[in-house]
Amino acid sequence: MTATSTATVRGEQVRVPATRRGPGRRGPRREGVAGYVFLSPWLLGLMGVTAVPMLLSLYLSFTNYDTLSSFSDVRWIGLDNYQRMFTADPHYLHAVRVTVLFALITVPLKLAAALGVALLLNRAWRGVGLFRGLFYLPSLLGGSVALALVWFAMFSRDGSFNALLSVFGVTGRSWVNDPDTALGTLVVLGIWQFGAPMVIFLAGLKQIPGELYEAAAVDGAGKVSSFWNVTLPMLSPVLFFNLVMETIRAFQGFTSAFVISNGLGGPVDSTMLYTLYLYIKGFGDFEMGYASAMAWVFLVAIGLITAVFFATGRFWVHYADGNDR
Amino acid sequence: MHTFTAPSRAVRVAILVAILAVVLYPLVWMLGTAFKSPTEIANNLSVLPKQWTPGNFRTGWSSLDVSFGRFFVNSAVIAALTVLANATSCLVTAYAFARLRFPLRRFWFAIMIGTLLLPGDVLIIPQYILFKYLGWIDTPLLPLIVPKLLATEAFFVFLMVQFMRGIPPELDEAAKIDGCSPYAVFRHVLAPLSVPAIVTTAIFSFIWTWNDFFTQLVYLNDLDRYTVPIGLRLFMDSGGQTSIGPMFAMSVLSLLPVFLFFVAFQRLLVEGINTSGLKG
Repeated sequence: MTATSTATVRGEQVRVPATRRGPGRRGPRREGVAGYVFLSPWLLGLMGVTAVPMLLSLYLSFTNYDTLSSFSDVRWIGLDNYQRMFTADPHYLHAVRVTVLFALITVPLKLAAALGVALLLNRAWRGVGLFRGLFYLPSLLGGSVALALVWFAMFSRDGSFNALLSVFGVTGRSWVNDPDTALGTLVVLGIWQFGAPMVIFLAGLKQIPGELYEAAAVDGAGKVSSFWNVTLPMLSPVLFFNLVMETIRAFQGFTSAFVISNGLGGPVDSTMLYTLYLYIKGFGDFEMGYASAMAWVFLVAIGLITAVFFATGRFWVHYADGNDR
Repeated sequence: MHTFTAPSRAVRVAILVAILAVVLYPLVWMLGTAFKSPTEIANNLSVLPKQWTPGNFRTGWSSLDVSFGRFFVNSAVIAALTVLANATSCLVTAYAFARLRFPLRRFWFAIMIGTLLLPGDVLIIPQYILFKYLGWIDTPLLPLIVPKLLATEAFFVFLMVQFMRGIPPELDEAAKIDGCSPYAVFRHVLAPLSVPAIVTTAIFSFIWTWNDFFTQLVYLNDLDRYTVPIGLRLFMDSGGQTSIGPMFAMSVLSLLPVFLFFVAFQRLLVEGINTSGLKG
């Protein structure tokens, strides 16, 4: 037996040293053990950092736990936290409304922008890579505190948005301090980051075989018709993926809402997104039992929304391999 | 299918350039304002300054009780540890899922995909309660780094699994025939060949950690331990028109590392989004 053997990968020689043991008869068994050895950090994380904390917080959501007192003072209060949420806490219901409104406006507009620009970019010419990269840049920067500060300054009374409006003779206002428009500035910040779904749309568009368009053209289809009958159905799996991911993302816009409202969700609670209210209750008011209940309602809601997407998806998502389940 | 008539292409490019101008405007405005003098910020409405001055950077760097350099060091330490932890733990996990046969593999894989959909912002509450119970709250590195050592970022596990599935299995077979154990196959075949996926993971974890605000806000309560995002937010407390220059100067500095990574690895980042996104 040679000490090393070589194999060729992508034109490169890879040296593969042999170990002391010969080819083992105990292969599958040994592989099973190795599988769990390699999986152990992840399993530990799944249990320790995800599952156990979630179950702990599920238990605490039925208690009056607050972080100022110790665990021994925790008292079981049944469904009180959940009842309070839906019947006795108008701020909570308001936060739900703000979050749903934010997602309902942001997600469709963001995906429309992403698809529109992807369609414009979807023909190879020199420089397309540069365009793609520059449109993607906001997705890398947009979640930062720095951009939230820029947004705040841009839409304040002396900001550059009003300076632009004044060129057209329109007198602006302080958009971030007006309860009617503050959420709108967050929507714009969300749409501004359309680059990530756009990149995914672009890759999907590349996969559509040109013959389909040729066939459609032979059948007399115009550009609009081939968009509806070829592009959109062929793109539906990608659209579905983007829709699910962007909806989940839209429900968690903490950083920008926190920075723009200075941690308060104002003016008049108009930017009180769900995660911000969760933070205020849990870390501002120390009501961790109540915050745990809020977190669980949120998890269940996200689960339900995802389930609805998957249930309705079978009616409009078309898989090219014919596996339309 | 590249039969495009000249005007149609010209119109496309014109529209794209117009959209791009709108998209890049906030970034250019931030950069321009950071280099304007206080008088220019008040009076010069154009995006770029007439005279580029670095004054805001000097003021901003030392305008808080703690120098901004401190925040940069803290951010760099946390980002570097996160990158190392993520790259190692996710690589090991991905190898198990992509290459090894073991009981319940499909079941665990489905669970892993399920955790991709868990909203991270909401997990903060349960995790905080656990870490408080363990007494880790006063040592913020533990709650920030330990979860990354345990491959909790399913996105990267998935990205690496997808990559490893593209590596020809004949290589492992050859190594196995030569008597390599699964551990040796990992060390000598899969890990070295997965370098591109490791690099993508490293860059994304750097950028996400560098920009992360929520977790750092929760666990860092000591001014000396503040990171760049938490430090930046202090400018909002001190408010007022005069501080906009220094605030933007520090904002520009805070985005600089992310921007440099973007310039250097643009293609890799865009493709990283694709491999993990499309096959999902």
